[in-house]
Amino acid sequence: MGKTFSEKILGRKAGLEVRAGEVVTVSPDYILSHDNTAAIIKEFEKLDISNVACPEKLVIILDHVVPASAEKYAQNHKSIREFVEEQGIPHFYDVNNGICHQVFSEEGFARPGGLILGADSHTTSYGAFGAFSAGIGRSEVASIWATNEIWLRVPETIKIELKGILQPGVFPKDVILKIIGREGADRATYMAVEFGGEAAKNFSMSSRLTLANMAAEMGAKNGYFQADDVTLSWFEGKETENFEIFVSDDDAGFSDILPYDLSSVVPQIACPHTVDNVRPVKEVEGLVFHQGLIGTCTNGRLDDLKQAAAVLKDKRVHPKVRVLVVPASQNIYLEAVKEGVMETLAAAGCLILNPGCGPCLGAHQGILAPGERALSTANRNFRGRMGSRESEIYLASPATVAASAIEGKITDPRKYL
Amino acid sequence: MKSSRVFKYGDNVNTDVIYPGKYTYSLLEPEEMARHALEDLDPGFADKVQAGDVIVAGKNFGCGSSREQAASCLKYAGVRAVIAVSFARIFFRNAINQGLPVLSSPEAAEKLEEGDRIEIDFKQGEIRSDRGVFSFPPFPDSVLGILEAGGLIPYTKEKLKKERGTGCRS
Repeated sequence: MGKTFSEKILGRKAGLEVRAGEVVTVSPDYILSHDNTAAIIKEFEKLDISNVACPEKLVIILDHVVPASAEKYAQNHKSIREFVEEQGIPHFYDVNNGICHQVFSEEGFARPGGLILGADSHTTSYGAFGAFSAGIGRSEVASIWATNEIWLRVPETIKIELKGILQPGVFPKDVILKIIGREGADRATYMAVEFGGEAAKNFSMSSRLTLANMAAEMGAKNGYFQADDVTLSWFEGKETENFEIFVSDDDAGFSDILPYDLSSVVPQIACPHTVDNVRPVKEVEGLVFHQGLIGTCTNGRLDDLKQAAAVLKDKRVHPKVRVLVVPASQNIYLEAVKEGVMETLAAAGCLILNPGCGPCLGAHQGILAPGERALSTANRNFRGRMGSRESEIYLASPATVAASAIEGKITDPRKYL
Repeated sequence: MKSSRVFKYGDNVNTDVIYPGKYTYSLLEPEEMARHALEDLDPGFADKVQAGDVIVAGKNFGCGSSREQAASCLKYAGVRAVIAVSFARIFFRNAINQGLPVLSSPEAAEKLEEGDRIEIDFKQGEIRSDRGVFSFPPFPDSVLGILEAGGLIPYTKEKLKKERGTGCRS
């Protein structure tokens, strides 16, 4: 029997022949942390050693509450900056860069064949580049800083076989919501999810990031696309050292192979309070909402903003709705300004916020009051996440949020496209 | 008299309802974190829970974010262990790394009810209650080592006294 992507990559890193279910000790290529670095430093200090083992492996990106909205956040940021200085950590990105997963990708840390661990559950995102990447907790990050190693269980793999072509008005976000809705929030717990099949090659890097990001919402350890021509062209002109392309063998032992026909997918929406509570947008059309959010590590890239702008061009956001737009990174912000996307969105009445996580995790910038309902392009709709536990969050594509913003109620975007 | 009292919840108890995101970057003290435990699932939990109590839940307990406070706030609230049908991966690791035992026992999770009194025998891998004795797979040595040390940080601290880890540190 052949091997899966994950068996090959973790085997290479461990220097062993391994199969799913085995536990390996490995050294990651990069370790990501964000504002939670302040808490990780406190754990690290308990270890009674003075220096991190490999400063060049740490990638620290401030994004969760940027700029600091209160003194306690300011103090966290300050302690992180001081630690970076003391330890001589070369890869530090301050509050003016954007969401960690986007910045990490843009800066080229996510590469085919890489092993990346991060103190954030959406670290699965870098599977978009053919890397093995998984989220871990704070104690583990502190421990890797000190020891440069961690144990990982080699995951079994579910293969999602994508075929067919997306219909107009239907986007990668609808595809991943459809998959999560059908498979359930714990379908891939402890497992790898491979996004493959003949249609995978039609997914842009941005689309791949959307799917790999949300593999976390199926419980996956890692989600990935195998590196191909789309990946390689993304890296044109960028550094391609330490590239290694791993591909599952045809006769690899997949736990399941699940076919999905893209042609039959219609716009999808995740209803409160779980990400797998998914229905076609048509079924909840007409429901009023109060706050729209276009952005996040799931859908805050240039093509997402363009999708929204295409719908909102020469239109106005409904007077009873407020729409927050949060570009995923400063680079995306700049591109969107150059291309007139921001002008379209601002002219429509959207409120443009600085790049970062924004209101997605309910820490600042647009907290929901009791009884309010949000329609968001983010990846999570858990109770209370964006504010009051008496508020609700619906999740959809940028086009669905934009179309709904015009009407002031949930709307299938296809009539605007 | 069995020592631990059961608090029972359903499937997919996520990290946001265990420990809301608005508190995650505040670096609260343990007692303060304990007061917010399970705040958005069961607002009265922090007042009711006593040292030694256990949580019993359905599948995919701890799904969602990687925030380790979802495990540590339960520990600080006095929770002795979490018993569930299954656990989300990062929560499972975080709980072990915080020294909080997480036991997968679909049978116990189904049969035990709110307010039951139980006793957990970690060595034998047994949960004893008036509704029966339920077994759970005993922890592998590596995991047991971390639990016995009181979590990954004290475990790594001891380990670093003996060896220096892998590579770098030039």
